Amino acid sequence: MNIAVASGKGGTGKTFFSTNLFYSLRQMGYSSLLVDCDAEAPNSFIFFPVKKLSEYVVTEYRPVLDRSNCVLCGKCAEYCNYHAIFFLPAMNKIQLLDDLCHGCAACSVACNYSAIRDSYKFIGKVTSYRTDEDGACMFEAKMTPGVSSPVPIIKSAVKMAVKQTNQQNVDYVILDSPPGIACPFIQTASHADFVVLVTEPTPFGLSDLKQTVDTLKTIGKEMGVVVNRAGLGNRDIYQYLEKESIPLLGEIPFNKEVAFLYSEGRIAVKELSSLQVIFQDIVNNIVSYGNSSN
Amino acid sequence: MKVAITSSGNTLKSTLDKRFGRCSFFAIYDTLTEKVEFIPNPNKDAEEGAGPASVQLVASVPVEKIVSGEFGFKIKSLLVELKIQMIVVKDDDKIIEDIIQLLKH
Repeated sequence: MNIAVASGKGGTGKTFFSTNLFYSLRQMGYSSLLVDCDAEAPNSFIFFPVKKLSEYVVTEYRPVLDRSNCVLCGKCAEYCNYHAIFFLPAMNKIQLLDDLCHGCAACSVACNYSAIRDSYKFIGKVTSYRTDEDGACMFEAKMTPGVSSPVPIIKSAVKMAVKQTNQQNVDYVILDSPPGIACPFIQTASHADFVVLVTEPTPFGLSDLKQTVDTLKTIGKEMGVVVNRAGLGNRDIYQYLEKESIPLLGEIPFNKEVAFLYSEGRIAVKELSSLQVIFQDIVNNIVSYGNSSN
Repeated sequence: MKVAITSSGNTLKSTLDKRFGRCSFFAIYDTLTEKVEFIPNPNKDAEEGAGPASVQLVASVPVEKIVSGEFGFKIKSLLVELKIQMIVVKDDDKIIEDIIQLLKH
């Protein structure tokens, strides 16, 4: 079962929750994988002693316009949905705008004159790691600075993790999603059987949660909510969950000690028994959800 | 010589549209005939690449100068290559008529 951990708002505790969930699941005897899909700033691996296993390079298609064959018909520019081919026949000009190119290769389909050659641009990599403790695997998506979208890298990371689950028996794959509700989040959530939304009981947390819930409903995903930093803010978020019939999987109280352990790069459930109980309950809620829906 | 002025409407009393790629209209002013033509901007609501597509539009006219509130980074180098001069007007209340008067001097 693939579980995406997401939030609308940034900084609500996605990575905190993902890493502690990963640890808790394994403690409770479930084999699991962790995939850090926040390709713009992956950092899940700070929390575990890891050994690098392999590195996979992710590339994206880029057309190369060959002016010696080009007849300036403009069909490639017409096919491009992103205005990435600048075409000005009156001034004998045709040019690829790299920033706008999404690598879809529609232009190469359009061209009847062999004026478009294929090339591939390095956009990021997926690294797999093994934790020293028990050989569990983790995958990290990381984009190269200056690249416009992390989506293809996230896609590759999830694909590699899923491949791994086909080779060995894995109960849970945790997908630590990027913040927001744009394409990188949707790419991550689209692979999930269940989405855990980590939020905080503040007006900002609620506002962004609503947008995330709407997005997940549109793409037809089941979800549950974990309220982090419970005790802050107000009760509006709980009323919203009740109204929308979204299950509350658990609450993590606002606690300075948790924040301190996290800032030190330590797994808080390992050291705080009260937190351990909370995570066990959340795991049981997720497990029973998985059983009931299957 | 023709000049494109980004306009929020299709009259001489319309104010300058601050944005280049996503402006509502292009007022094309001909310095020889002193006539003005308004072209609606089809890239106003483009998902992506409104800037380059608008350059394509006005460069096909062709214009030698563009007056707007600002020019994005994706198109500055294109305009330099095409030898189209960018004129930035920061005063939002300026109407097309006023800008044309300024161009006459």
